[in-house]
Amino acid sequence: MRYRVTHITHYHYSKPVTTCYNLAHLLPREFHRQSCTHSSLLIDPTAASLHERMDYFGNRLAYFNVQHNHSELVVKAVSEVEVRAHSDLLDTAFPMAWDEVAPYLLNSRRPDDLDARQFLLESPFIEIDADLHAYAEPSFVPGRPILDAVHDLMGRIHGDFKYDPDFSTIATPLSEVLAHRRGVCQDFAHLAIACLISHRIPARYVSGYLETIPPPGKEKLRGADASHAWFSVYVPNRGWVDFDPTNNQVPMERHITTAWGRDYGDVTPLKGVIFGGGEKHTLDVSVDVEALDT
Amino acid sequence: MADHQTTADAEQRTLCGAYHPLDGMYDEMCTGPGESRPHWSYLRQSLETLGPVELRRRYGEARRLIRDNDVTYNVYSDPLGIGRPWDLDLIPLLLGSEEWAQIESGLIQRAELLNLLLKDIYGPRRIIAQGIIPPELLYAFPSFLRPCDGMCQGPVTSLPLYAADLARLPDGQIRVIADRTQAPSGAGYALENRIVMSRVMPSLFRDSHAHRLAPFFRAMRNAMNALAPSGVDEPRIVLLSPGVGNESYFEHAYLANYLGYTLVEGADLTVRDDHVWIRTLGHLERVDVIVRRVDDEFCDPLELRGDSFLGVPGLLQVARLGNVRIANPLGSGVLQNPALMAYMPALCRHFLGEDLQLQNVQTWWCGDDQDRRHVLANLEHLVIKPLSPGKGPRTLLASSLDNEARDRLVREIEARPHLFCAQERAELSAAPVLSDSGALEPRHVVLRSYLVSQEESYTVMPGGLTRVSASPGDYLVSSQRGGASKDTWVLASEPEKQETLIVPARHVVPPTRRGGDVPSRVAENLFWLGRYAERAEGLVRLLRVVQLNLADSLAFASAVTPDSSMGLLLRAVTAQTRLFPGFIGEGAESRFAAPEPELLRVITSGIPGSLSQTLGAMLMAARTVRDRLSVDTLRVINDVDIELRGLTAGPQQHLNDVDDELDNLVTALVGFSGLTNENMTHEQGWRFLEIGRRMERALHTASLLQTTLVPVIRDDEASQLLESVLSIIDSLMTYKRNFPLGYEVSGLLDLALLDEKNPRSIGYQLLSIQKHTGYLPVDRARQHLSGEERIILELLTELRVSDVDALSAADQDQQARLSLDQLLNKLQFQLVNVSNVLTASYFQKVERLHQLVQIRAEG
Repeated sequence: MRYRVTHITHYHYSKPVTTCYNLAHLLPREFHRQSCTHSSLLIDPTAASLHERMDYFGNRLAYFNVQHNHSELVVKAVSEVEVRAHSDLLDTAFPMAWDEVAPYLLNSRRPDDLDARQFLLESPFIEIDADLHAYAEPSFVPGRPILDAVHDLMGRIHGDFKYDPDFSTIATPLSEVLAHRRGVCQDFAHLAIACLISHRIPARYVSGYLETIPPPGKEKLRGADASHAWFSVYVPNRGWVDFDPTNNQVPMERHITTAWGRDYGDVTPLKGVIFGGGEKHTLDVSVDVEALDT
Repeated sequence: MADHQTTADAEQRTLCGAYHPLDGMYDEMCTGPGESRPHWSYLRQSLETLGPVELRRRYGEARRLIRDNDVTYNVYSDPLGIGRPWDLDLIPLLLGSEEWAQIESGLIQRAELLNLLLKDIYGPRRIIAQGIIPPELLYAFPSFLRPCDGMCQGPVTSLPLYAADLARLPDGQIRVIADRTQAPSGAGYALENRIVMSRVMPSLFRDSHAHRLAPFFRAMRNAMNALAPSGVDEPRIVLLSPGVGNESYFEHAYLANYLGYTLVEGADLTVRDDHVWIRTLGHLERVDVIVRRVDDEFCDPLELRGDSFLGVPGLLQVARLGNVRIANPLGSGVLQNPALMAYMPALCRHFLGEDLQLQNVQTWWCGDDQDRRHVLANLEHLVIKPLSPGKGPRTLLASSLDNEARDRLVREIEARPHLFCAQERAELSAAPVLSDSGALEPRHVVLRSYLVSQEESYTVMPGGLTRVSASPGDYLVSSQRGGASKDTWVLASEPEKQETLIVPARHVVPPTRRGGDVPSRVAENLFWLGRYAERAEGLVRLLRVVQLNLADSLAFASAVTPDSSMGLLLRAVTAQTRLFPGFIGEGAESRFAAPEPELLRVITSGIPGSLSQTLGAMLMAARTVRDRLSVDTLRVINDVDIELRGLTAGPQQHLNDVDDELDNLVTALVGFSGLTNENMTHEQGWRFLEIGRRMERALHTASLLQTTLVPVIRDDEASQLLESVLSIIDSLMTYKRNFPLGYEVSGLLDLALLDEKNPRSIGYQLLSIQKHTGYLPVDRARQHLSGEERIILELLTELRVSDVDALSAADQDQQARLSLDQLLNKLQFQLVNVSNVLTASYFQKVERLHQLVQIRAEG
């Protein structure tokens, strides 16, 4: 499928900002099942400097700096991407058991396997504890095939947790999300990653978008019209396999990947430091994902 | 028998004979009681010759030098810890030339190894691909900074500065106990120790043939110059400090001065157009090299820790582009991971293809199953180091934990093994220190050695900073724990020839002095230093005259009334300090009856406006700009500090209790103004100090004249009042010379207000401010006067055209001098305006830095 993604962030400040410095993970990365044919980042007012580079995880990261007084900042990212399906990875009966993964990784010297080991560790947004481990446990029966176990975990999160945008904020710890069984896609992705690494399975956070208007006959997915997030699991000899606990499905052609990392903090769509700006600032965000193949 | 006894007694009586090395420990000086190592014999003889009394005397001299130079170290946990004097023990640590050669070679190897390791960690990470270290060792360590990935590459040195903490174990071998790689501190203290030692023990130092330190600092300047981006011939180098609250702020200022760099804080720097700039007065100057004393994560709130106010947003991006070089580069803290020490021999073979020369203390990383088992089985004998300590301790002694804490530690290690490592408990060697009684006592020592890159390799400081444990048996040696320090003498096998100090021409760096580099924060602090110093002086002068008059009026048992001379002077105290109600507002009557408690409150309370608070603010301003002040000026600042401590020491009951302090303060404050005039370069910073001082003097005098001369009082009181006012503004003698016929208001006003030749008059202050503001950087495109110049010119003109007789005349009711009141009101109002205009045009606007709200993935 081909899409055009338009992501607009509009900041309004109560007093002029004299200088701002920003980092944006807004342009989609390329990988084996996604190409990006066109992308642009428009900043208003004009940035004095704008540099795009590849970050530690291989994502596209833009740095920009506006150095004259402004009371509003508009960042508009427009990209055209092609997403390919990956049905070969849906094989839940793939023979490796979840509890074989960690011992296998410990003894492997293959670059992919070594690289995956950093996704076994806690990170600023993901702290594991006994409760998280206990919540995950029923999905991880000894010897169960890895993809089957993760599928089960995804289904349980979807069933047990209520989507509630008013419950959590960026700062809500996972323990609270678990205790109240509420949150948004970001929380569910973090929660699943914590469950997985507590069982010594490498998992990472994926940030991206969903198609806004579904094709005829398909239901509209939760998370359209905004940034979306899901998680990915590392399966030795197979690679990374994505799961979307918010919609209880394995992302196929309708999930557009922007960036991945250990957690939200590694791939924050837009962050920045400003001087001035007064005490209050507000922002509007709009995301539009339009299918180009009709 | 009797003879033997006498010899033993004599031996006991000698300084070194009475020294008892610690049992079972390696002693740096002695091989056994009374037996010293050969390289200590000369020092030992010299100490005997000096004897305990003379040694204590010299120690006192060293203390005085340290205090006079204001060498301080801030101890965070100590309420008096800010500005605590540096503690230097007089007995140096000696190292023989042969042993030093080995240490030096081992240190150079380690620095070269760490340099290559740093490049690999932020580059190809072959050490992981090739299985030299397990991935978790790197990836779980919080100082591995992912935003720094891809940096520290290229042929140039990534690690220009390096320091290692060295200790000698009971087997006599020197080991590395810690690596300092991000912002090694202490080299400045080592230099200061050497300067003090060579002054206090000149002949001992000269005849011991210790290697000199100056060549090391020259190498450091060369190395920092060599870092400059290509095409920059005369790089502008700054030293970035976290600020005056940092433990080693003294050193930051000291080194910045010694090396000729501008001392800056994060807020003095800004990123624009992909370069780093220093905010100086009115314009920006490009910065090429930053020598930093701010830790990695605090350097850039955009890419690193968002809650840091010590850094510069965008700094990492400028460094990434190669437009600024940072020593050491951001991310280099990753090498301080103590768990890496477990892999040093393997890393050395991997990178250099040779064996490690200088071993580190034995280290086990709990992420390794075998190591973890060893650690858990031997917990009691090990030092545990959490690799991600957060707010917890950096080092734990399992043997000192109770059972509960010990079990908790074991559980933590088992839950997150990769976040812990353990090290053998290094039983540090001991060396003699001079005790309070003048005897020698053993204390454990740790030596911090310094290296700087030179050409393709490194050069080592021949010496270093030796730190001493607070008590025998305490192996955790740190200045924060209150131990002293020692100078370190690496003994040359023969006297160092003078020629060795002459550096080949190509190594000589021309000294650069950029007088224009006054960060606007520094200018602001100097302005306020001038104001506070003058405010304090004016207040002390007033208080002393009040005190004198009060003693007289008490002697005559006359009651103080609000309209008496005494009453007006007391009111002046309240008006000037703005400590209302005081002698002006509600309840003033009762305070006139017994003025002492209120006056003591003015002096010692610490409330804004009080003398003690003004002096505190002055000291604070002085310390933040200490790199701009001369050594003699710092000495006076220290005297002020001592008097302030005296003022606030105990409950002061009577004014008499603070007599001495007030007298000494006048001397110190007058000394301060004289010295800043004589010893400071008359560059922009000094002009701000002068403007501040002049403005405050004018304000003070205006306020004094307004309180005392606007009301018209009885003739019999008037003479005493005029004499007092003249004495407060130090113009009594001048008055008597100019007006020999007696005290007249008009004469006083002429002298105190209009006479532009009297350095105490308001006219003189305005003239002086006018002169200095004329030199301040302005937008030269503008033809007209700057805002502050316009106000000053207007005030001066008004003063010049005013008529003393009209000002001295009372209104029709004979109650008050209204035109004087009007003039003085205007003067005060407009002077405050000048201050505001200067602040707006030259001083950095205090702009808070905010993090933008981030949008979460709502999906």
